[in-house]
Parts: sequence; structure tokens; C-alpha cells
Amino acid sequence: MAQASSHASAKPAEKPKSVQLFVTCMIEAIKPEVGMAVVTVLERLGVQIEFATDQTCCGQPAFNAGAVPDARAMARHTLDVLSRSASPIVTPSGSCADMLVHHYPAILAADAHYGPLAEQIAARTYEFSQFLVDVLGVTQIGDVALSASKTATASQKVTYHPSCHLLRGLKVTEAPKKLLNETAGVEMLEMNGATECCGFGGLFAVKMSDISGAMLNRKLDNIEATGASTVVGCDVSCLLHMGGGLHRRGAAIETKHLAEILAQK
Amino acid sequence: MSNVTFYDRVEDALNNEQLKVALTRTTSKLGGLRLNALASLPDADGVRDRARLIRAHTISKLADYLEQFAANVEKMGGHVHFADDAADANRIVLELAKQYDIKTVVKGKSMVSEEMHLNHEFEEMGVTVWESDLGERIVQEAGEMPSHIIAPAIHYTREQVGDLLHDKLKIPLSHDPAVIVGHVREKLRQEFLVADMGITGVNFGVAETGTIALVENEGNGRLTSTAPRVHVALMGIERIVPTLDDLSVMLQVLARSATGQKLSVYTNLLTGPRRKSQTTGEADGPDALHVVIVDNGRSKVLGTELAEILYCIRCGACLNACPVYQQIGGHAYGSVYPGPVGAVLTPGLRGIGPWAELPHASSLCGACKEVCPVRIDIPRMLLKLREEGHEKGLAPAWVKMGLPMYRFVATKPALFKFAIKASGFGARMLAKMQGNGGWLNKLPPPLSGWTEHRDFPPFAAKSFSEQFKNRK
Repeated sequence: MAQASSHASAKPAEKPKSVQLFVTCMIEAIKPEVGMAVVTVLERLGVQIEFATDQTCCGQPAFNAGAVPDARAMARHTLDVLSRSASPIVTPSGSCADMLVHHYPAILAADAHYGPLAEQIAARTYEFSQFLVDVLGVTQIGDVALSASKTATASQKVTYHPSCHLLRGLKVTEAPKKLLNETAGVEMLEMNGATECCGFGGLFAVKMSDISGAMLNRKLDNIEATGASTVVGCDVSCLLHMGGGLHRRGAAIETKHLAEILAQK
Repeated sequence: MSNVTFYDRVEDALNNEQLKVALTRTTSKLGGLRLNALASLPDADGVRDRARLIRAHTISKLADYLEQFAANVEKMGGHVHFADDAADANRIVLELAKQYDIKTVVKGKSMVSEEMHLNHEFEEMGVTVWESDLGERIVQEAGEMPSHIIAPAIHYTREQVGDLLHDKLKIPLSHDPAVIVGHVREKLRQEFLVADMGITGVNFGVAETGTIALVENEGNGRLTSTAPRVHVALMGIERIVPTLDDLSVMLQVLARSATGQKLSVYTNLLTGPRRKSQTTGEADGPDALHVVIVDNGRSKVLGTELAEILYCIRCGACLNACPVYQQIGGHAYGSVYPGPVGAVLTPGLRGIGPWAELPHASSLCGACKEVCPVRIDIPRMLLKLREEGHEKGLAPAWVKMGLPMYRFVATKPALFKFAIKASGFGARMLAKMQGNGGWLNKLPPPLSGWTEHRDFPPFAAKSFSEQFKNRK
């Protein structure tokens, strides 16, 4: 059941020549290789990357903690940064995209300047896989500029974890799977309880660590049962959480962002 | 539960292996049944949308519909009582018990009666109360509260239930659900015949007819509401539908979402007390019907951003779908209503003060909203309650101090970059000392929670900004 992802934005009339990358604080600090993979993939697809160096954090940690005034301050900063260019915004995180697309307009609704700005930005913000499939129409990864991946011979067994805000927030269900399925050299393995949360939930993993840890263990059992050597996701934060759990277990399973799989040669 | 904290209860729950078995068995079974049952409904999404509209409309005109419902109950010979809070509701029910000289009460399932702690009140008064819903009877015999709104004894395995009822009800020992049910049924039959008063909940009160809809699977609701000479029905003020047509829409999604049935085994439509049938000339039902309509905090959220929680039709689907509930069960919440709906209802109706943790007992994964038959946006309200808790200073000190600091840094790009560099430096130093290949396996408080269950990966030596700038 291929379902169109719900998004405030309409598909642009023409394929955009350039995008603004909102790289996320997690990738900036901890997993820059994911950001570089996003750049590689988009450039191979002929899209120019704009990167505003004064971007910071979308403010979701504050928002989820209930500190709405703090979240608003970070939202206003992010909107100032992203509204300098008219290009679509691409972010390699379902959760940060959901924050920009759904929560910015809500928390800034009463703000005469930033309220309408939040709506405008929301309408042109896309999660990475959503942008590739829904906007660029990339389905045949191999036939476009990613042909390099076709030469991969060794079959890489992967399983896909749909992160919650991507799946139930942005309703992006098919795009990442479509891309993975059409990447040469990649074998997709189904995971039991795939749509169950990994237990990350931001500060939840710290504040309610034991509950989060129990959820994580169930997820990791399901991951290990697939026999995959790689868990692929579209949110670095969830991948860090699962990766941290796998490392603690001593499991020889790596975590990769979808962009890293698509970018590999 | 005076000194026992939410975290204590969570710890107990997570260490309880039997609970894990029981919860995994039942929540996964109910989740699967729900999906199949909804698939059997043509245009299930359309029906859910309609059900939501009915709930939204009803709640927006609640006072009018309550008035209409009460007038029609009275017209059919019933009596209506309005209770402001649990104490008020108890006073009304106990006075009725005195008035009718009640010695024994048989009860069907009623979550409102749990809000009232009614059984305890009756015991104080010297009235014997028998729960007739099997799950409720199990928790009553165990001296506990329900741990699920439709499956009160979900926290027990069938083995534990067999042992408990053998011990308490002196029925022969068995671990076979069908055998256990058979024995309990014999016992219950006597109680239905002896009891002077039957107390039930109400799934829906139909405004246009004054009808009470009571949905159940064991026949205990029918016997409780018809065999004793007095029937007392307890309902929350929000449990109204305008018309019988509206009721039919709600019934299409209620059992499907709750137990994965197309319709529950018994759907009782009770209109007024005993009177002669116009067609057969026979009379059946109780001599007297009293409907007690309980507010107990509900009207407080009308017109607020939490009003949507009153759309809830108590199916329990959000509990079954919630990965947190699946791990800790209902008792850990410490509230009458557990799970995602309880995490909104309890602080929303009772006040955030003692319940500030509940809205945080969620990863905001959205599974509750996805399964809700009337599409209640529970995550939105959990966030709203977190906001209220934060405003009232109920967050832990490190969060209260940390977030403004984080905001200060994250709105100043140069400082933000510096902070990342500094954190990376600190993390690398710490990781070096821990000798875990760059990974951190022990973080200092307040972040120590993370490393209780997972390692933290190495910070990048060069940030994305640096790598992007230097790539050509």
C-alpha cells in the first residue's frame, strides 16, 4: 500500500537545482559522515548544496521537555537562517523535519512575524528520503547518478528501522524502503516489530532510562533476529541509540543512515 | 502509595518476569486482533473519521446533550443524579444503598467506580460487593486496582489466575482458562440471584432516548443490570452520544479497537427500569434505575487544549499499542487510568502536581494516536502537560538549568560551534580514560541514565561544518 506522505508542501513545479541542507546538531557534532553522504548523494543527482554555517539546533529537545519558550527561541533562530534562501530545505532526520514541518507552525502560531514564516518554511522542508522520492522522483537509484552502487557485488544484508517521527509524524512509509530495495548490492530483510519505537525519545532515554532500555532491548532482539549486518534508518538519533545498545551488547551489527548506503561505492 | 515514587513502581514492574510474560502475550494478541477486525470493516478510516466527528460535536455541546439525556432517562422512569466529584458520587450511591436497604451488591465493570474507590466505601459501610467481570473479580480478590481499562487483570498469567482463584474463591485448581471460567461462573450465578443492587458502568448514554448502552463479553453486565431489584449506572459526564444512529457508529469501532471483535458478545441497550412491555405485556428489568453522572474533574478541561481527551471511548487500544505500557503495565502509572490516555487524563483532571512524571513516560512515538479509533492526538496533549509541568517548575533541576543554557548556546552560532568542540574534546578525554575504543560506557550524572543501558559513540574529530568547508 504505497501511500503518499502527508506534507504541508506541494511538490515544486520544477525539480529544484539547489537545496539548503539543514544538517542537524547530531550530525554536525557526532556523525558528520552522514552529512557528507547526503551531500554526495544530492550532488550525484545534480542538486547543488547550500549550507548556512550559522545553523544550530531545531530546538526539539527543549520542545519535548515542555520548555516551549526556549524551543521558540531556537525555532526563531533556525527560521532566520533558513529563510535567507528560497531553496527547499532538506534534512537527513525525520524527527527534525517533523519539528520544522508540524511543530514550528504550532508553537509560533501567535507570532505575527515568525508564525507565517514557519508556515512558509514548513511548506518547503523535506526529510532526505522524502525529498529524493517525492520531489526528485528518484526511484531507480542505479539508473540515475548513483550507478556506482550497481557495481557493488557483495550482498549487504540490511534491515530498516522506520523512526517514529518519520513514520507517524511525516507519514513517510515507503520512500526509504523503495530506495533501499532499488540499491544494487543491498538485500533487505524484514524486521519483526519494525514500526515499534527503539526507546530513544530524546531526554526520555536519559530521564526514563530503564523503560527506554527495556524498549531498546526488545528492538535489538528483533534486529539481531533478522540476521542483517546493518540497521538502516533515517534518523541519526535513533541510530545512535540502537548503535549504543548494539555496542554495549558486543553485537557485530553496524548502524547506517540511508544516505550512507546510497552514497557508498 | 505515599512514599512510593513512579520510578519505584517502574523498577518493580521491569523486574517482574511474570508481568513481562503476561503483558507480551496479551498486548500483542490484542494488537493483532484489532488490525484484523478493522480490516473487516469497509472504509474503517471513514468510520473512524465519523466517530471522531460525533465525539467532537458531542463534547462541544455537552451540557445540552446531558440535559436531554437526563430528561429522557427520567421520562422512562429512571432517576438521574449529578455528582461533582468522587466524594459526591459515593455519597449518592451509599444513600441509595441505605434507602433501598441493600446488603449485597454485584458490580459490572466500571472505571468510574474505580475513580470513586467505591468498593472500599461499601466495605466501610458493611455492604458486601462482588465484582462480576472476571478480570475485575481477579483484581478484587487480589486486593489490587485494574491494570488495564478493559482487561483489568492483564498483568496476570493464566497460571497465576488459577492459583489465586483457587486460594481465594476455593474453586478447584486449574490453569486452563475455560475450566477456571466455568467454576467462577457457578459462583457468580448465585451472587447475581442474591444481590440486592447491581452497579454497572455506562459505555454510552443516548441523549435522544435516555438509553444506556452497556458493552460486555461475559453476560455479567446484563445480569448485573437486570437481576437485582435496583440498578445503579455510573457514568462520566462525557459518555454521551446524541442519537442511536451515532451509537451505531461508535459501536462499529469500539469492540474492534478494544478486543478485535466486530461486536462484543453482549451489547445491552437499557431504557428505563421494569415496566410492562407494550407488545408482550410482560415486565422485566430492575424495580428502580438510578443513573449517576459523575464530573470528577472532567468539566475542568472543557474548552481547554486538553478537551480532546474527553473524546475517549475507553477502548484501551492505546494501552496495547504503547511500547511504554507494554514494558511497565498499568500499575506502574499509579493512577486509575494507565497508559497513554491515563498519562493525559490523570494530570489533566487531577492536576499536574502529583502526576508530573506521567506525561514524560512516553517516547512520543505516536503509536497511541495511530490506533485511537477517534484519532485523539495524545502526544500533543502529553507535550501540553509537559509544558504545564515545566512552567510550574516541576522538571528536574538539571533540566531546568540545562535548557536555558542550551537555548543560550544554540541561538549563538559561534558559541554553539565552540560548545560542540568543547564537548567533543571532553568526550574524547573521558573515552580515552575508559579505554573502550572511543566509546563512552559511563557518563557522569545527569547523563548517566544513557550509559546504564547503552554506550555513547565517539564525537567526530572534525564537525560537519569543517568537513564541508574543506572538502574541495
